[in-house]
Amino acid sequence: MYAFDYHKPTSLRQAASMLAKAEDAKILAGGHTLLPTMKQRLAAPSSLIDLGALAELQGIERKGRSVVVGAMTTHAAVASSDVVREAIPGLAEMAEMIGDPAVRTRGTIGGSVANNDPAADYPAACLALAATITTNKRKIEADDFFRGMFDTALEEGEIITKVSFPVPAKAAYAKFRNPASRYALAGVFVAKRGSEIRVAVTGAGADGVFRWTAAEEALKTRFSAKSLAGMAADASMMNSDIHADAEYRAHLVGVMARRAVEAATTR
Amino acid sequence: MAIVSMTVNGKPVTADIDPRTLLVQFLREHLRLTGTHVGCDTSQCGACVVHMNGAAVKACTVLALQADGGDVVTIEGLANGAELHPMQAAFREHHGLQCGYCTPGMIMTAVDMANRLGPDLSEETIRSELEGNICRCTGYHNIVRAVESGARAMAGQPMREAAE
Ligand SMILES: Cc1cc2nc3c(=O)[nH]c(=O)nc-3n(C[C@H](O)[C@H](O)[C@H](O)COP(=O)(O)OP(=O)(O)OC[C@H]3O[C@@H](n4cnc5c(N)ncnc54)[C@H](O)[C@@H]3O)c2cc1C
Ligand code: FES
Ligand code: FES
Repeated sequence: MYAFDYHKPTSLRQAASMLAKAEDAKILAGGHTLLPTMKQRLAAPSSLIDLGALAELQGIERKGRSVVVGAMTTHAAVASSDVVREAIPGLAEMAEMIGDPAVRTRGTIGGSVANNDPAADYPAACLALAATITTNKRKIEADDFFRGMFDTALEEGEIITKVSFPVPAKAAYAKFRNPASRYALAGVFVAKRGSEIRVAVTGAGADGVFRWTAAEEALKTRFSAKSLAGMAADASMMNSDIHADAEYRAHLVGVMARRAVEAATTR
Repeated sequence: MAIVSMTVNGKPVTADIDPRTLLVQFLREHLRLTGTHVGCDTSQCGACVVHMNGAAVKACTVLALQADGGDVVTIEGLANGAELHPMQAAFREHHGLQCGYCTPGMIMTAVDMANRLGPDLSEETIRSELEGNICRCTGYHNIVRAVESGARAMAGQPMREAAE
């Protein structure tokens, strides 16, 4: 790890001004992506702005028809939240599937969404649930936020403050883990809200999280795993690496989508 | 350099450190609490697990400065004088270790597990909760037995004896 200056602002405004002032500064949330990357010297920020003291970025609340999760809320807090368990059980289950207990104690929703790892779980949940990502500057719809692997609509110095999830009628996540890393080889989040059906896929696509529109169409006729019988994603759009080739990932996407719909319809 | 203060095993500590100092380095190299191990340094193995503000964390993936003002408990902080913590006693009784390298992290994870989930842990729960703790020696069987028994002992139930 290269040397850096460390700052722990006590308000969002102070964090934003520190971020704007320091050249090459980076936000530190749970640090469970950033610190490993810095150890490998793949990132070498001159300063870290730790959001750990900002109470305003913590917490989960039900606001009308949405569940609002503060950016610094940990995966463990989402997994064990009564509010989330009641309104969107599929989201709590997804958070419970991230990494291991110690990772869930530190990792945050804001860090996961900002990082947009092509195998991370939250991007699929945000896209399927049509979440809105709020920053210190604006609100961004999930459809516009995720822009291919490790790329988002966030601008320099922009800080995610919260993520709002409209409460769906039915939703669930199914994940096939890479047994070594525990990230998704293929993860599918399905959600139904009114007549809108959204199917988001992580881990499998060659360019990060995406909506599987063919499956969404098929589910419009009937929201049942049977509607997806025999379907697989388009292998030419899938990632291929030592863990799984594109054909296998395309197949897994179909299997995970059916499992997710099954779970969503049998609650 | 930066000043960091925290409570470690019940005692207040303050030091002037390089901001890069990881919590695990702070514990091992500054405080000489070498019970907490570093197996991978890449957040995978769990040998470095300690409790920070009451929850299990991988100390190789937390800056000491992130723990500023916090309360940290390491493996050295579990025993009550010469009397082992029930989870430590269970690892001894059930032979839940061979070389012992993973053991401090296993025990800290196990105590956190019992704190969160209570005394009745199924084998399935224990195995899935140990996802982030890797052991190169035991094959996990005796670790699972030890955690099961230790969790009960923590709730005051008598320790089951290991099968000989
Ligand atoms: C062993 C291990 C297993 C894991 N397994 C999984 C898994 O199965 N699934 C999964 O999805 N993830 C997994 N992760 C990743 C984990 O969930 C990370 O915690 C998460 O991706 C990043 O969150 P963080 O809070 O740690 O962010 P950090 O590492 O602190 O930050 C990540 C990036 O986001 C930026 N950032 C952070 N917060 C904000 C904000 N509020 N606004 C703007 N930018 C911000 C940072 O500057 C940085 O660039 C795993 C990690 C480890 C170490
Ligand atoms: S040394 Fe921290 S997880 Fe391996
Ligand atoms: S006892 Fe040797 S690594 Fe677990």
